[in-house]
Amino acid sequence: MKKVTVYVTLKAGVLDPQGKAIQESLNSLGYEEVKDARVGKVIELNVEDGPDLDARIKEMCDKLLANPVMEDYHFEVEEADKA
Amino acid sequence: MLQTREWSPEQIEEKKIYQEMGLSDQEYDMIKNILKRRPNFTETGIFSVMWSEHCSYKTSKPLLKKFPTKAPNVLQGPGEGAGVIDIGDNQAVVFKVESHNHPSAVEPYQGAATGVGGIIRDIFSMGARPIVSMNSLRFGNLNNERTKYLFTEVVNGIAGYGNCVGVPTVGGEVQFDDSYEENPLVNAMSIGLIHHDDIQKGLAKGIGNTILYAGPPTGRDGIHGATFASDDLGEDAAKDRPSVQVGDPFMEKLIIEACLEVIHSDALVGMQDMGAAGLTSSASEMASKAGTGLEMNLDQVPQRELNMTAYEMMLSESQERMLLCVKRGREQEIIDIFEKYGLNAVPVGEVIEEKVFRIKHLGEVVADIPVDSLADDAPVFHMPSTEAKYFQDFQKMENTVPEVADHKDMLKQLLQQPTIASKEWVYDQYDSMVQTNTVVAPGSDAAVIRIKGHDKALAITTDCNSRYIYLDPETGGKIAVAEAARNIVCSGAKPLGLTDGLNFGNPSNPEIFWQMEKSVEGMSAACTALETPVISGNVSLYNQSKGKSIFPTPVVGMVGLHESLEHITPSFFQQAGDLVYVIGEADAEFGGSELQNVLQGKYEGKAPFIDLDVEARRQKQLLEAIKAGVVVSAHDLAEGGLGVALAESTFGEKGLGAKVELTGEATVELFSETQSRFIVTVKPEHKEKFESTVEDASAIGMVTNNQTLQVLVNGAEVVNENVEELEKLWKGAIPCLLKSKA
Amino acid sequence: MKFAVIVFPGSNCDRDMYHAAKEVLGEEADLVWYQNSNLEDYDAILLPGGFSYGDYLRSGAVAATSNVMNQVREHAEKGKPVLGVCNGFQVLTESGLLPGALMRNKNLSFMCHQEELVVENNETMFTTDYEKGEIVRFPIAHGEGNYFCDEETLAELKANNQIVFTYKNNPNGSALDIAGIINKEGNVLGMMPHPERAVETLLGSDDGVRLFESVIKNWRQTYVTNA
Repeated sequence: MKKVTVYVTLKAGVLDPQGKAIQESLNSLGYEEVKDARVGKVIELNVEDGPDLDARIKEMCDKLLANPVMEDYHFEVEEADKA
Repeated sequence: MLQTREWSPEQIEEKKIYQEMGLSDQEYDMIKNILKRRPNFTETGIFSVMWSEHCSYKTSKPLLKKFPTKAPNVLQGPGEGAGVIDIGDNQAVVFKVESHNHPSAVEPYQGAATGVGGIIRDIFSMGARPIVSMNSLRFGNLNNERTKYLFTEVVNGIAGYGNCVGVPTVGGEVQFDDSYEENPLVNAMSIGLIHHDDIQKGLAKGIGNTILYAGPPTGRDGIHGATFASDDLGEDAAKDRPSVQVGDPFMEKLIIEACLEVIHSDALVGMQDMGAAGLTSSASEMASKAGTGLEMNLDQVPQRELNMTAYEMMLSESQERMLLCVKRGREQEIIDIFEKYGLNAVPVGEVIEEKVFRIKHLGEVVADIPVDSLADDAPVFHMPSTEAKYFQDFQKMENTVPEVADHKDMLKQLLQQPTIASKEWVYDQYDSMVQTNTVVAPGSDAAVIRIKGHDKALAITTDCNSRYIYLDPETGGKIAVAEAARNIVCSGAKPLGLTDGLNFGNPSNPEIFWQMEKSVEGMSAACTALETPVISGNVSLYNQSKGKSIFPTPVVGMVGLHESLEHITPSFFQQAGDLVYVIGEADAEFGGSELQNVLQGKYEGKAPFIDLDVEARRQKQLLEAIKAGVVVSAHDLAEGGLGVALAESTFGEKGLGAKVELTGEATVELFSETQSRFIVTVKPEHKEKFESTVEDASAIGMVTNNQTLQVLVNGAEVVNENVEELEKLWKGAIPCLLKSKA
Repeated sequence: MKFAVIVFPGSNCDRDMYHAAKEVLGEEADLVWYQNSNLEDYDAILLPGGFSYGDYLRSGAVAATSNVMNQVREHAEKGKPVLGVCNGFQVLTESGLLPGALMRNKNLSFMCHQEELVVENNETMFTTDYEKGEIVRFPIAHGEGNYFCDEETLAELKANNQIVFTYKNNPNGSALDIAGIINKEGNVLGMMPHPERAVETLLGSDDGVRLFESVIKNWRQTYVTNA
């Protein structure tokens, strides 16, 4: 079993009002060093291992998990905890 | 956080574990008497939630009995999930208000969201389609950062849940006063429409019938939410976070559709939602009301988390779950309907003859309790009541007229008070139009919802001026009901009945209990005078922080019926040339007024006087004039008096203004909050007919098209302001306060 | 004319769409549950607003992967009308039947009120009863109606006259004030504002009636008069 963590973020250049609100809020709390904030999603999948795992995950991202019009994604694969 | 470690019956008694669960020594002894043995851990938990104020009304019951609850058109009064009133054509309206104050203080988004979800479930579990949501909110001063956060998140939570579930949120009220700073009030009201034949009751009838559990699996969320809601909000409330439930409006939407399909199956016997105290209260109440017993096997209950104990499952407040009683042998028909919507429904128990509530888990009986002892026979306490000292002092104060240097500046200040200012920032976030019935959207005296296929509509409002109730609970209680009815009548509808959301402080304080007692008496008197029975309600006590109680806030949610769509009347001016009338005269009454708040920053003195006979007569005559078609617009005078009501009446896209001439003392005429008053516009050709119908009406001026509000008192001009400017101040006040930094 | 209103789990404007088509316009209409449905007998498909699948992941994303959307695609390929409103528009962009995407409103809040729209293209089968440049009032009710696409797509939309409605006072940050777009073939319209909520003056506007009437008239001209 593999644990796959998919990170979905807004494409560079796409306005992210939520990120902007977070940045402004952090600045107003005194964290002036924060110059940008972007909000994304993390999706954790537990997947049975297979020969074309990476290709299939990529397919899942393209078909459903991310919207290529406005979002980018990358993912990490690791051994699932044997809990 | 409460340990969910299981103490033995002996330890529970020795270490007084029951006290941690909210039971008193006296109550624990009563339980031992009922069981003729010591209760085990699960049983102690079951009693603690069922005997909490939230479920048992143990301290408020003696007061609730004072409310008039009967009328020929009341099909179901208090006692079921919600009350039901006949509206003709074999149709009825189902409604109830419920508080979610303490959860909202801790986690405002989820607290408010699950409040909305819970009250909607009360409505569709009666078999009615929810058609409208309303709310009544109270927060502290908006200058406070925490208040801004609570306010913003509560509104987000109501919007997030309500919009998704597809029930329009058509209005409500929001008020701001210091007394709510750490204890905001979130009261949600839901209204449903039903055919008489579809009315369901939460009954577990028929020995051998099956108990079905429907909805998402049970997790550990909200354990002890019901007792949590009945306890002082401690200073470490933030640590109680795990007790707050998380709502899933998408799930609720599916449950609504499935349940409204299920009610048409004759395999269904009864249905109830799992609200506060979850499986415990729904199951025991269904049996108790039916005069039966119930046996459940918790191994069958769908579980979201591992190793859940019986105690946890019985007390979980996981959301969007329903309990059904289904005819034996016909379970599959009901299960199939739920499965169509992708929902789980599983048998978890059966109706038994012996009147006990028996719970099995992992092959053992973990609870065995006489079923009536949980609901019907829950203890009732008659709390001592003492007339409040502050009230005695206030009653000795004379009514005086405050010093106002510049009336036009004061009008501008009043329009920007958060309690008076436009709530557009709030209601724009609510889908107020879904279901396509909303005739009058939020922002008017009452919302109006048409009934498709019939020449009739419903008017709905929530009201409660808690400042008056604080000053004088009895008078204030009368005013709360009267004002709600005024709003309904202004919209052109006849008031049908109301639901009450009673929010008070700690009832063991005799002065607080006195507030409860007197305000209920005042409300009851007004209900009788205005013929509006109380058909459902909710009690929320212990609303206080750091020993300071909230203002007594018995929220009134009232529903009225427009007998024809022709009767629907707007709140605000419609056309230049119309005559402006005011019904009733002003006296120097500033106790609890917005003017007092602006000038003194506190409330004191006498609440405005109210004569219920005068109130009833004026409402009746105004409604008669509306039905006769001689009223163009009608608006009640409330916070800020005639000055504010006049300004509000000119706002909108029509580019109107008004010229008004008054006689008397300018401050009294413009800003006094004397009761039972209305501002009405009438076409010149209907002058005589109107004046002969409404005896206390006096003509004060005319609607103009110059976008100017001009007010003369004794011939001297005191206000001459551009309406657009005033409207900008009124609309901009709340967004501006939210943006400003403390 | 026979309309199918597709009902996904979480749709909540389905009955409103049905009410508009059936009770206000007096046409045939059915509420069609997304599973086991057969759309062959229908002349037009309406994808209603709401929160299909709770808008989880992204608005419209999960509904876009459902089987019924393959049938909607086939229906569209035949040149038959498809109208997606609000969540229906989101489903159309997510399924690729329309270009672009709908992002969170600029101010991050859900908003619900009447908006003034400009009819930019009155030559589509949905808009022939309007004047070009006419201002109409439709309600909006959405949290994610901020239309976005890349520059190239935007240029293409303009060049092909695919922008059907724009906002007079852009409430949500949409590119080029876009409120509604149509596909190149001219039979799939997606829009955030709700025409089905604007079919009765009692409720504030009946400007939406002509949108439905346009579809009905154009369909009759194509299919009934030629039959």
